[in-house]
Amino acid sequence: MDGVHDLGGKQGFGPVRCASSRTAFKAAWEPRANALYSLGVRLGLINMDEYRHSIERMEPRHYLSASYYERSLTGFTTLCVEKGIVSQEELERLAEGLFPLSLPSAEGRLNAMPRESFAVGDRVRVKNEFVSGHVRMPGYIRGKWGVVVGISPPYPFPDASAHNLQSQDERPYDVSFRTEDLWPQAADQATVHVGVFESYLERAR
Amino acid sequence: MPDEVKAPAPVERRVAALEQAFEERNLIPAGFIDDFAHIAQEDWVPVNGAKVVARAWTDPDFRRRLLENGKAAVMELGFTMPEHHKHLVVLENTPSLQNVICCTLCSCTAFTIIGLPPGWYKDFEYRSRVARQSRTVLREMGLDLPDEVEIKVWDTTTDTRYMVLPVQPPETVGRPEDKLAEIVTKESMIGVARLEPPYR
Repeated sequence: MDGVHDLGGKQGFGPVRCASSRTAFKAAWEPRANALYSLGVRLGLINMDEYRHSIERMEPRHYLSASYYERSLTGFTTLCVEKGIVSQEELERLAEGLFPLSLPSAEGRLNAMPRESFAVGDRVRVKNEFVSGHVRMPGYIRGKWGVVVGISPPYPFPDASAHNLQSQDERPYDVSFRTEDLWPQAADQATVHVGVFESYLERAR
Repeated sequence: MPDEVKAPAPVERRVAALEQAFEERNLIPAGFIDDFAHIAQEDWVPVNGAKVVARAWTDPDFRRRLLENGKAAVMELGFTMPEHHKHLVVLENTPSLQNVICCTLCSCTAFTIIGLPPGWYKDFEYRSRVARQSRTVLREMGLDLPDEVEIKVWDTTTDTRYMVLPVQPPETVGRPEDKLAEIVTKESMIGVARLEPPYR
């Protein structure tokens, strides 16, 4: 989905506040929230893709104003409610106040069929696709050309896995893009490498 | 009349509510929450990655294995990665190349090796700007690279993880491995800093 979480290349944000928070946890509730989510993974209640998508589905104003661990809590709790493990009413009673959750999901999708395999050195193009469910293609590479520089082992296909659809595991490729191709005349010169699933790619012609 | 807009419960009460609901369903093994918090703060620390870097600086065979298959190499040293992190790509910096890692879509890192990400890594400023304005962002963070140094940014969009192997400062060559590990910072393994005296 083209959500506010897809921040790469967005303009308007100021300097990185590197001194502000060097420690992993700033408050006692943060490791507890992190532990609950981790327990959810360990118990098999959720997978990583649906977890990431549950955070992306937060109402945009809430997403942008919440801290990292509040986003984690909101996403994980949304999944617990959607799966019937707990109810929002019970949580709001226990919290003695509102417990805002993420918005409902759009539909997922299966792997592209057929797909092409690529080798290191191949020139590829990211398909010009718009996906309303979960996708791990940052918007800044959509439709762009790059070169394969690495190949990872197969992973569950996020677009399906986040929606609990059965799919084939597939390989992501580390694809190198030039910033002058991504943001012509409006970026520092560099290469940006993105892990791109096979289904998102086509051979550059 | 429009519905009254109510403020959410404070976040610590929301966490406590979820924890209580889990407790009432007997979903939480005894001690799990406290043990997890302890592991997260004591075991997932950048000292792990620093030891990996120091070994790579002092053992050329290990360095080769680390660059070929990062996950297998860090496991040699007794470190673990979650099962879903199937691959660790180690990015070797040189005097003329600076690798930098980020996660624009969320905040993924090889947290068991280089430590849980610092706050700024998860902030919107770093996530939005580092891919597009890498040289500017690094300069703002205190790393003013000469123009001839090439920058490669790595966006962690899959469960493959990345870490940067920083350049060993020349004056430290010959020091024992445990002393070398002491100078390696989390920032250098993310790629937003180079290692220079005075060392931490």
